[in-house]
Amino acid sequence: MKVSDLIIALNLHLFCGDDGLDNEVSGAYVSDLLSDVMGFAKEGEVWITLQTHQNVLAVASLRDLPAVILVKGLEPDAEMRQHSEREGIPVLGTSMPTFELAGRLYMLLKGME
Amino acid sequence: MVIEQTYFIRGGDFSHAGDASSKVKKLLKQLGVDARKIKNIVIALYEAEVNIVAHAWEGMIRISIEADRISCTLEDKGPGIEDIGQAMVEGYSTASKEVREMGFGAGMGLSNIKRNTDVLEITSEVGVGTKVYMVNYF
Repeated sequence: MKVSDLIIALNLHLFCGDDGLDNEVSGAYVSDLLSDVMGFAKEGEVWITLQTHQNVLAVASLRDLPAVILVKGLEPDAEMRQHSEREGIPVLGTSMPTFELAGRLYMLLKGME
Repeated sequence: MVIEQTYFIRGGDFSHAGDASSKVKKLLKQLGVDARKIKNIVIALYEAEVNIVAHAWEGMIRISIEADRISCTLEDKGPGIEDIGQAMVEGYSTASKEVREMGFGAGMGLSNIKRNTDVLEITSEVGVGTKVYMVNYF
């Protein structure tokens, strides 16, 4: 599944990082602790978080994550947007809270939705 | 063949935290190092780099790549670590409130480093600085 497929299926907002719309998504990781994601997320997992600063993109890039999804209507700050464009890692958004988004995404990735 | 690189790190400069690790990652990729090994090195190096940004005033990262290994030495001028044993305990952190709000300072950094390196040596002098030496074999 590609990042663009997620956007359509879950009606996500695309803030920036259009160059990465074809990035492959194999799973997801939910965390707001950067070291947790750094140490334990796997390549290909989209990152669901409420952190909106550019260090998120530094971690996403170092760990080859295909996209970041911000929950609860949160928006990336200016530096996060720039970093996203530079790295080609899309930052997406939703008004859903983490639990609901993670549940929907889980069903989608497991072919249950 | 030995490749050596040096990077300067400014304390408190979170907008460039991870830049040195990113450069090393690109270099290792170009050299054709195994992807899993690169992953381990990048995790450890990023955590050590962020530690300088979050805790120290300034620091240097020196890396040396040989045929079978990469050695990274991170030396900072900073407050130092009083009790390295305690700092190694997962969940222990002295990070500021601001740093924690960014999602850092969860006390996972040093455990991430330990888990992802083959050799790890930390020496520190309170009020002077900290030196982290780590080696990963390819």
